[in-house]
Amino acid sequence: MFDLTGRSALVTGASGGIGAAIARALHAQGAKVALSGTKVEALEALAAELGDRAFVTPANLSDTAATEGLIKSAEAAMGQVDILVNNAGLTRDGLAMRMKDEDWQLVLDVNLTAGFRLSRAVLRGMMKRRWGRIIGITSIVGVTGNPGQANYAASKAGMIGMSKALAAEVASRNITVNCVAPGFIATAMTDVLPDEQKGKLTAAVPAGRLGDPKDIAAGVVYLASEQAGYVTGQTLHINGGMAMI
Amino acid sequence: MSDIAERVKKIVIEHLGVEEAKVTENASFIDDLGADSLDTVELVMAFEEEFGCEIPDDAAEKILTVKDAIDFIKANSAA
Repeated sequence: MFDLTGRSALVTGASGGIGAAIARALHAQGAKVALSGTKVEALEALAAELGDRAFVTPANLSDTAATEGLIKSAEAAMGQVDILVNNAGLTRDGLAMRMKDEDWQLVLDVNLTAGFRLSRAVLRGMMKRRWGRIIGITSIVGVTGNPGQANYAASKAGMIGMSKALAAEVASRNITVNCVAPGFIATAMTDVLPDEQKGKLTAAVPAGRLGDPKDIAAGVVYLASEQAGYVTGQTLHINGGMAMI
Repeated sequence: MSDIAERVKKIVIEHLGVEEAKVTENASFIDDLGADSLDTVELVMAFEEEFGCEIPDDAAEKILTVKDAIDFIKANSAA
């Protein structure tokens, strides 16, 4: 089940906790993986850990030209991109009344617009080959909202809407477009939260623990697989029961 | 000039997987050759690639038949 031998996957934000776990899981299923991100050393360390079938393709997704170039470098490294995981994301939290335009724009640019550009660029080859998987890593807050994250929540909700539209456009070509929505996962992004807030958040999770990046990676592997070919336009919530939608 | 027509027809045959005999100049991509809206977008992109020209959306909308494509490319192609 879920064998990805012969498939090529590009994972953005692969130096982060969730991105690295996704790259490891896809690689473990036999896929070639291109690791993208801005922290080159971390990407190279991950590639060294994975060994064969792993390639480093750094890119700063707040830069339009770099975003366009990323697909070309991933295709140069692996031959093609069958599976795109739009995982790169950042936060610039603040209450809306005090949120700066730059902080709004940067979050939308990296979390949503770059994902669109990358999707558009890989669709061409996927259409020709009549096979493709695009998986967006969104967030529970894109569905529930969260104070202090108007920009982040908007970008993540936008990704869900975009994925549904793309899914409808390309379903007839055997290309699926889905999202995975993590809840509260233990990563560098959530480490910065104050302990009190972490305690409150954990208390709101019926599973009684934070999620592990591997919990998310397993969902991505499923959606990338041949077996998930009839699943499209969906959002898979992986959140320990924190929100049942 | 017939070279352009041949290249256009070749792309259409390859892309839509239709018999050469069906790809006449007056054949409509959608009505006669079974293309759907995605196919027409892919065809336009394939023409752009082959002939090194840009086909704007408003022009692409008017390319309904093989002849429309040949005429547009003859008028606008650098190749």
